[in-house]
Amino acid sequence: MLFKDFDPLKGKRLEILDAEGNITNPKLEPKIDKETLLKMYKTMTLGRVADIRALQYQRQGRMLTYAPNMGQEAAQVGSMAALDKKDWLSPGFRDLNLMLYRGVPLKQIYLYWYGNEWGNHFEEDMRILPINIIIGSQVAHAAGLAYASKIQKKGEVALAVIGDGGTSHGEFYEGLNFAASYDAPLVVLIQNNQYAISTPRRKATKAETLAQKAVAFGAEGIQVDGNDVLAMYVAMQASAEHARSGKGVVLVEAVTYRMGPHTTSDDPSIYRTKEEEQEWAKKDPIARFKKYLMDKGYWSEEEEAALDEANNNFVKETFEWVEANGAATLEDVFKYTYAEMTPQLTEQYETHKKFLEESEGK
Amino acid sequence: MAVLNLVQAINQAIDQKMEDDSRVVVFGEDSGYEGGVFRVTAGLQKKYGEDRVFDTPIAEAAITGSAIGMAVNGLVPVAEIQFDGFIFPGITEIITHMARYRNRSRGRYGLPIVVRFPVGGGIRALEHHSESLESLLGQIPGLKVVMPSTPYAAKGLLISAIEDPDPVIFMEPKRIYRSGKQEVPEEMYRIPLGKAKVVKEGSDVTVVAWGPFVREVEKAAELLKAQGENIDIELIDLRTINPIDEETIINSVKKTGRFVVVQEAVKTYGPGAELIALVNEKAFLHLEAQPTRVTGFDITVPLPRGEHFHFIQPERIAAEIKKVAKF
Repeated sequence: MLFKDFDPLKGKRLEILDAEGNITNPKLEPKIDKETLLKMYKTMTLGRVADIRALQYQRQGRMLTYAPNMGQEAAQVGSMAALDKKDWLSPGFRDLNLMLYRGVPLKQIYLYWYGNEWGNHFEEDMRILPINIIIGSQVAHAAGLAYASKIQKKGEVALAVIGDGGTSHGEFYEGLNFAASYDAPLVVLIQNNQYAISTPRRKATKAETLAQKAVAFGAEGIQVDGNDVLAMYVAMQASAEHARSGKGVVLVEAVTYRMGPHTTSDDPSIYRTKEEEQEWAKKDPIARFKKYLMDKGYWSEEEEAALDEANNNFVKETFEWVEANGAATLEDVFKYTYAEMTPQLTEQYETHKKFLEESEGK
Repeated sequence: MAVLNLVQAINQAIDQKMEDDSRVVVFGEDSGYEGGVFRVTAGLQKKYGEDRVFDTPIAEAAITGSAIGMAVNGLVPVAEIQFDGFIFPGITEIITHMARYRNRSRGRYGLPIVVRFPVGGGIRALEHHSESLESLLGQIPGLKVVMPSTPYAAKGLLISAIEDPDPVIFMEPKRIYRSGKQEVPEEMYRIPLGKAKVVKEGSDVTVVAWGPFVREVEKAAELLKAQGENIDIELIDLRTINPIDEETIINSVKKTGRFVVVQEAVKTYGPGAELIALVNEKAFLHLEAQPTRVTGFDITVPLPRGEHFHFIQPERIAAEIKKVAKF
């Protein structure tokens, strides 16, 4: 029903909570318990602080390249909150809040950006694939997860998450088409944050919306206000249910905005205006969600101040832990190429180890 | 014992592994209903159903990419790429993800995947249907690369490949798909990956080949014999391109002092170069002649009217062996 009412070919977009934090579509307001709502809010605020701090650490020369999520917290948390714990996540590289909500410790995600593969070693029950840098590929991986779920009757949905830039990539089309052919339970979330680094969405495709690309796969598509955490929740819940019940693939386009740079190496002032950034700042997903929670009586300014302090302390401690524990070992960089080191690798490892030991001895 | 050709031996290996392990799934372009353009997977869909043996859209990156997700989520994918040259649209997923997944996730996700496809020339086909890719794929960390030379080897190596915890590229020499038959045991057996086989012991020259060229070296030896040459060749079937069985090769060269390697792939940066470097590194003082190679040329594989120039004939191998033996 939702997909019919919000047909992307008719220019429809799902919105429930507007930029001022008012419910504009009460019929669709999801019934989420207080505990879950607060978990969602706390994840989003922690994600925001972790982003801001990571940028600072990078400026201080303590963190390496980092891709901040600021502005996309609702698209990520709203989606993950609507999924089941057994559902899979096939992420891109700008998906901090998805992982935090699922339960990945921040120290692990920081460890990854600190430059250590152990950051990608998610606990088995997280059901998260390693961070994917080649945009779009994760859709093909998720298609395989979904196919395996289907034929083994596991009832799991696979969620692939990409940006608008990823929709130009071959595996976006190949993966969606592959999964759709078998009605495999795949949901693809596009976080349309308006830019593929510097290239605006409008220059990357002539399609009116990204959601309408679903039509070509015989899939459902829906465009959602990606800064509206409630709309994201509703859209993802319907999408996951649709996919899980064997009805086919769903493509969700979250219209959002990357408030920060592409990565720490990027300077957005080259390709976008201050006015544009200020317009989107008014649509901040966290501000409107906070207002919603306060209107419900679930949240107060006192709690906000305490949370902010706790988040900052936690992030600071976490990063200090990563700095103290983030080094890689020689064994680490050799040991995981194969299940067992090949004779060639063993020889290379032993030779280099000996070389290092002898150099140190001198 | 049944006498099988290469196609039948591979089919039997997959069939027995599917019977043995319900996680094994087989898919590719036309691999399901039709059994593949070479009929290597013929009969499997009927026996195991459409969920486990299925046709895919013509989308190699979806085939190789989805194999990753399937392997993470409890399946053992045996993916087929229709022809060697068609691997390129799918190679992105193999190199950028499949080969790296175990390392990228620090051991969380090992990928027990086999990607199998026909390789090499000899069937007078269109462009992209006659490529030898052992040079290209042999150097990717995280991949194992195998090429069988006989039906017997194909069955044992493929069973090992399917059981291997890491991604294996299984290259099937199409020119010998149906050209030779051999007794193949009915039961499941395994030939270890990473181990070469001394096909024939000899004392004068070590010749290393793989895939269809093991037989071509044997033909070259017959030619030399017919010419009245008395050269005692030690013939090694490499079987696994990566990881290399250094021990077998180095022990042989230490004995013979002479080394020739045969590869159909382009000359430059190929396994032949790697093996010669290895011989130089580890058996230099035993050498009595410079180690050499007989290879394809550094050209695009010609269309059928010109391909005979590129593909290696036994005469070329015989001439090279003679040169090295008499140095």
